[in-house]
Amino acid sequence: MSSMALTRREFGGALGGLVIAFGMAPRTGLGAESAPRLPGMLAANPRLDAWLRIDPVGTVTIFTGRVELGQGATTALAQIAAEELDITMTRVRMIPVDTNRSPNEGVTAGSNSIEAGGAALRSAAAEARAILIQHASQRLGVPADQLSADDGDIFAKSGPQRTSYWELAADMPFARDATNSAPAKPAKDHRLVGRPAQRLDIPDKVMGRPIFIQDMRLPGMVHGRIVRPPSYGAELVRLDEASVRKLPGVIAVARDGRFLGVVAEREEQAIAARTALMKAATWRVPAGLPEAATVHDYLKARPDIDTKTVNEKTASVQPAAKTLTATYRKPYLAHASIGPSCGAAGLIDDILTVWSHTQGPYPLRADIAKATSIAPEKVRVIHAQGAGCYGHNGADDAALDAALLSLSANGRLVKVQWMRDDEFGWEPFGSAMTMAASAGLSADGAIVDWQYDVWSCTHNMRPGNRQGVNLLASWHLAKPFSNATPAELGLPAGGGDRNAVPTYDFPNQKIVDHFIPDMPLRVSALRTLGGFGNVFALESFMDELAEAAGADPVAFRLRHLKDERGRAVLQAAAEKAGWKPSEKSDGVRGRGVAFSRYETTKTYVALIADVVVDRATGAVRVERVTAAADAGQTINPDGLRNQIEGGIIQGTSWTLKEQVKFDKERILSRDWVGYPILTFAEVPAVDVVLIDHPELPSLGAGEASQGPISAAIANAVRHATGARLRELPFTPERVKAAIARG
Amino acid sequence: MPETYHLRVNGAPREVTLEGDTPLLYALRNDLELSAAKFGCGLAQCGACTVIVGGVAVRSCRTEVRAVENRDITTLEGIGTDAKPHPLQTAFIAEQAMQCGYCINGMIMSAKALLDKNPKPTDAQIREALAGNLCRCGSHNRIVRAILRASKEMAT
Repeated sequence: MSSMALTRREFGGALGGLVIAFGMAPRTGLGAESAPRLPGMLAANPRLDAWLRIDPVGTVTIFTGRVELGQGATTALAQIAAEELDITMTRVRMIPVDTNRSPNEGVTAGSNSIEAGGAALRSAAAEARAILIQHASQRLGVPADQLSADDGDIFAKSGPQRTSYWELAADMPFARDATNSAPAKPAKDHRLVGRPAQRLDIPDKVMGRPIFIQDMRLPGMVHGRIVRPPSYGAELVRLDEASVRKLPGVIAVARDGRFLGVVAEREEQAIAARTALMKAATWRVPAGLPEAATVHDYLKARPDIDTKTVNEKTASVQPAAKTLTATYRKPYLAHASIGPSCGAAGLIDDILTVWSHTQGPYPLRADIAKATSIAPEKVRVIHAQGAGCYGHNGADDAALDAALLSLSANGRLVKVQWMRDDEFGWEPFGSAMTMAASAGLSADGAIVDWQYDVWSCTHNMRPGNRQGVNLLASWHLAKPFSNATPAELGLPAGGGDRNAVPTYDFPNQKIVDHFIPDMPLRVSALRTLGGFGNVFALESFMDELAEAAGADPVAFRLRHLKDERGRAVLQAAAEKAGWKPSEKSDGVRGRGVAFSRYETTKTYVALIADVVVDRATGAVRVERVTAAADAGQTINPDGLRNQIEGGIIQGTSWTLKEQVKFDKERILSRDWVGYPILTFAEVPAVDVVLIDHPELPSLGAGEASQGPISAAIANAVRHATGARLRELPFTPERVKAAIARG
Repeated sequence: MPETYHLRVNGAPREVTLEGDTPLLYALRNDLELSAAKFGCGLAQCGACTVIVGGVAVRSCRTEVRAVENRDITTLEGIGTDAKPHPLQTAFIAEQAMQCGYCINGMIMSAKALLDKNPKPTDAQIREALAGNLCRCGSHNRIVRAILRASKEMAT
């Protein structure tokens, strides 16, 4: 990674001269109003040179506002740009997001990088190619329609005239606003899009080269660690920091309210100083958390719950002959990244320069500016890859930690990595949820009425809010900041109500979202937001209804689903898995199906899970999962496959093993023993069928398989044993008890 | 007090001056600028920091420098080069066997220790050997396929 090798001086210099001038501040609002035709965030960042640059040396530099999270977005975006520009992938240089020069695409989340980010980049790249051809036409005196482009060479179709992108670079052809006027290449002409592309970042990772923020080494850089309170509400009673200041290598001990940290010359010295500072601190720990065993009831009983009907449909149909109700629960879940959060910061030429694996460099900059009382234009955030985050984990918080520690050490470059217990104890979790469903079946076994209620805390406490500061350390300062007021995100994407509206066609339905503003445990965005809980409930309940109607679960779903693409993935998964209607179980083995369309507007996924249940212990083993997915136009089939597989495996881990543990005082699951995840021997085989639609827009896919896997497993356990599991996770104790209940 | 320790890392003699109880992980990452091994937990629970010492995969986050003086230490940087990558490295690329890749150092190093002893492991033996290596992205099956591919490649 080139930026890491730069010295401080080189760094400032390189940034001054490297890029042609372009509008740094995004024109949110204004741009959106004046150019509504521009796709994605191109509207807010309309200058073409904000997105791409031709380099005279024969490369094209792409500035995307999307960050690499290990999801492969950078590679797919490079494919899109190379495709439209008619160049080979090796000519593309993808620049990590930097608030000094990248377009502001907000937060890389919600499976939007290809659907929205790709659309913006495709439009910019198609227009860039058209502009280059136009310039070549003028220069060569050949009509544009008589010119062809191939890997940067532009030549007359008949005649000797030729030039190249690289020769035209000096014209600064992209110093203008995008107009979205150049048509994108038709799918039939695609050479790169739709074919597997090797990820650009993988060679560095297998060779062990420094590519992660945790690997950053800058001249003069020192190491920081944080000492957090033992619980959210703990008060610092006494601190004897003098002894810690004397420890070998210690440069600074930061203390501001109950924000405590250390800076030391060497990493192990910082860790030793952290341990010493923990011992030197006396805290009062209040019993401020709810009872874990009854936390769902506690949350439902909070005052100020905002209850809204988010979707309603009525029609007069035959009355219900039978009514079913069921309540489902999802626990608090952790992102549990393998690499603890990390940030680096220093004052470089009076600019607070921060490196972070944040999902939103611009929103992070806004909150760091507020928390440090430094003007936003004096704060620069540069993205560097971290471990997979799966949503809003500690990445942003670690960036502010690094900034605060740097400021406590005269602006020195400080790198901070959280320890494992910091990560598990302080990351914002995915909210616990309760889902209550009720439905009426007609005499002939059709769903005639569907009532659904979901209770959840917020799923979005990301930085970048207009009010408040959503960064951990800011709440612990002597003059503390407050977090923003939690607010529901709104459909169709939704927060707690994400995927609460079924893709099925029911004549009557009412979906009610009970938004809980209180947050006894810190919460924010975890992959799928409310989608995991809602699809678990919805698709478990569909199986309960199918059973009550005496119908096959696949046929029952198809009966209620008009959407052709939804039907196609269900049928493809059933076919691939060899689904046999009304197949009997031997009491141990079972299979279950589940379907969802992510966010109700994105990728379609149907899954069939095969499980084996140990009736004596209650242990569930998921042997195989068969998936069918339709993400519209596939950009990188192997990348899409990887996301679908990964979501199934991570979702299996959530379903079988995971829940945040806490008592009245504090978070108890602070390491991998306290918060176990799926291991190699427990991972199911995964088979993925992709249904490509090159003629249709790409749909967000990064989170699409995670919801249905929970219900597919629950339905398979029911099929195997007759036990219906309505509370996650399916621990052996719960499964055993459910089997005993019969 | 800091002392100088003599290590043999990737076949070359190296010296580090530090407290003897410093975990090997920090000596490698910071003093020797070999940052392939990652800090994941510091508790020997996740495997991200795995290196090979005397043929055995060890957790460098819980291995003190003074305990490995004059021992042969191999890190991911030492098993292949751009010109001649290790078959495991080629296979991990061929299978695109990761998402974020933070755990991959540990996967490859644990796999190398396995293949050095058992050149033709079964799927189940691979999963057993990697029992202590955690992956959060769900790339497990690709990782197993990559190791099987490398094993085949090395047999020919």
